[in-house]
Amino acid sequence: MGLYLNNKFLTMDALLSLQNLKKYYATQKAVDDISFDIERGSIFGLLGPNGAGKTTLLRMITGIFYPDSGNILLEGTAFNPMLDVEKIGYMPEERGMYKKMKIGEQAIYLAQLKGMSKAEATEKIKYWFKKFEMESWWNKKVEDLSKGMSQKLQFVITVLHEPKLIILDEPFSGLDPLNANLIKDEIYALAKKGSTIIFSTHRMEQVEEICDHIVLVNLGKKILDGSVAGIKQQFKENNFSIEIKAGSSISSNAIFTIINEAASKYLIKINEGYTVNNVLQHIIEQKIELIGFNEVLPSLNEIFIKLVEGTHAGARAFQNI
Amino acid sequence: MNKTWLIIQREYSSRVKNKRFLILTFLTPLLIVGLIAASIYFSVSGVEYRKIAVIDPNGYIKTSLKNTNQISFSFPTNVDTSNYIQKGYTDILILPQFEKGKKSDYILRSQKSMGLMLQESISSRINSAIEDQMLQDAGIQQNILDSIHKASQVAELKAYEDKGSSSKESNAGLAMGIGYASGLLIYMTMFIYGAMVMRGVMEEKTNRIAEVIISSVKPFELMMGKIIGIGAVGLTQFLLWIILIIGLTSAAAGFLPSDIQSQVETLQQNNGQMAGGMMQANESAQRIYDFQHTMATANWPLIIFCFIFYFLGGYLFYAALFAAVGSTVNEDPQDAQSLMFPITMPLIFSYIITNMVTQNPNTPIAFWASMIPFSSPMVMMARVAYGVPSAVTYWELALSMLCLVAGFIFTTWLSGRIYRTGILLYGKKVTWKIMFKWAFKKA
Repeated sequence: MGLYLNNKFLTMDALLSLQNLKKYYATQKAVDDISFDIERGSIFGLLGPNGAGKTTLLRMITGIFYPDSGNILLEGTAFNPMLDVEKIGYMPEERGMYKKMKIGEQAIYLAQLKGMSKAEATEKIKYWFKKFEMESWWNKKVEDLSKGMSQKLQFVITVLHEPKLIILDEPFSGLDPLNANLIKDEIYALAKKGSTIIFSTHRMEQVEEICDHIVLVNLGKKILDGSVAGIKQQFKENNFSIEIKAGSSISSNAIFTIINEAASKYLIKINEGYTVNNVLQHIIEQKIELIGFNEVLPSLNEIFIKLVEGTHAGARAFQNI
Repeated sequence: MNKTWLIIQREYSSRVKNKRFLILTFLTPLLIVGLIAASIYFSVSGVEYRKIAVIDPNGYIKTSLKNTNQISFSFPTNVDTSNYIQKGYTDILILPQFEKGKKSDYILRSQKSMGLMLQESISSRINSAIEDQMLQDAGIQQNILDSIHKASQVAELKAYEDKGSSSKESNAGLAMGIGYASGLLIYMTMFIYGAMVMRGVMEEKTNRIAEVIISSVKPFELMMGKIIGIGAVGLTQFLLWIILIIGLTSAAAGFLPSDIQSQVETLQQNNGQMAGGMMQANESAQRIYDFQHTMATANWPLIIFCFIFYFLGGYLFYAALFAAVGSTVNEDPQDAQSLMFPITMPLIFSYIITNMVTQNPNTPIAFWASMIPFSSPMVMMARVAYGVPSAVTYWELALSMLCLVAGFIFTTWLSGRIYRTGILLYGKKVTWKIMFKWAFKKA
């Protein structure tokens, strides 16, 4: 798919390609020349602080906004908001329902707006309601549901029409751990079946756990793009954890510096010009009994804070659209 | 279009299936009938009775002054301004010594102040009594005078409007009534259904369902779906009202005694006369016939067509504006109030103009107000009731309709542009200036 396009942004099997997307508002550049690809069947994390341009980016991908310039390719062809909305399931961060409408009717209505027939929609909704143990909800009204319950309903509505691209903006906010796991398992299952998932959040531990690939945006620009493992490698700082037998101790020296210590556990940073082997050799020479030795990679949270800190992106939120 | 249709269906059925809609639809006509009945009842029962002592030094009008249902005149001798209340009179009327050719005033003193209508009624009674007395002084006998009075009541004004070779009976009172009623109805529905559209848009925005839906349909489709759906609710309501009114009146007709029914039929066949002048028609039969005859002077198919056209046109014109306002409101419904002002002002102005136009359909202001789409739905209805083409020419009607169509296309376009930005924007206080900017910025 897409090879013939001979475009540098296209990989072997990109479901979605963003090429030089720009969206400027009166006073700011909400999205300023952003390009990336999303591989088919991957779980893709779109990260960024508040006001970074995530929502604008997602609204362009869902056809709510038109980009000022740049291209969006879905399965290698130009994205057509009129036709392609049916291939997309979007669960926005600020989500709602008609409070007075019965849940079953509402789900059917929203599915029909995505192009499903009534019969097809009813069948699918029954399947999902059964799966999530929501069958008894059919004739209830949304105003009778708790926040977590209505979130489950939102998720069902988002994935009901089996979209190729599922966009979830903060899908776990307000869910208890049990329901969060339920949704998480479902996300894995959908990805396995071939759906591509864009997952937008500021919760880095969730991203680390779920996503294959991430893009970090800040102030309308892409500042990071890569696989989660690759990015952690890229930002590693030669930190290691060492555990030695109780009673013995090590101290900073030419080879490494101790950053942190607690009982007989140490966090060290290997100094420039030395390797792990130098450290081990040093410990053996000191006749210290080694219990554990592990590389410590930075968390995405640390990388995020390091890259974003001090840019005051939050101040950009919702200015003069 | 298919999706707009889905939205229309939801907007329509969620409202029509609502209990409130049914209650409102069936109770409103009853309420209106009840209000009319109550106001008639109170205007009858609330009538004041006045017992007036007349001091008439010359005895000039004693024989000619006639009592009415509400006023009884008497000519006691020992009553003056100091004691008329004790003597059981409500007012005292003191006539001057009349001198020929000289204008003089008469004085009315009352315990309680008197309404304008009552004063005019007394004044006209006295003047006609004086006139009668003068006629008698001039040599006309009382019995001749009485017969003239009686005979002169027989004639009544019948106006006809000329249409080429034929002429048609017209009735200004009916035209005024129809014009006023349809103007008022359109005014009320603009407010009711306009506000309904605005609330619907606000609900979608504050519920945060707008973004979910807009990822499936265009904002414009959502807005139009809502406007058309709610408009259909309005039409359904009118239809039910018409059915209800026809049903009630024919049911009421069924309760009429059979002799009156047959008399009404005879009157209808003979153009208002009983066969061969054999007998005088029963009074109720005569009234029913007169009512039917009056109603028949209006061009109902045209009026109903125009009503539906102007209702829909006016509704589309204003509903789009209401939708635009609804889309800019944040959590606080109070925000809507100040933004609604520029929409409600022209509505209220139009209503005031309509009131004037029902009495005088051909002034320049009536003409212009029936062309400008802000006011034409109400004002043109008031004019059309006076007849086409006698009061409103065909080209005026066509131009007014064209302006309204152009008007609602424009407001829909404008509102669509405001709406698509407003519906997704939270936490910003929106003014008309900002809305204007949204409407005219490039896409």
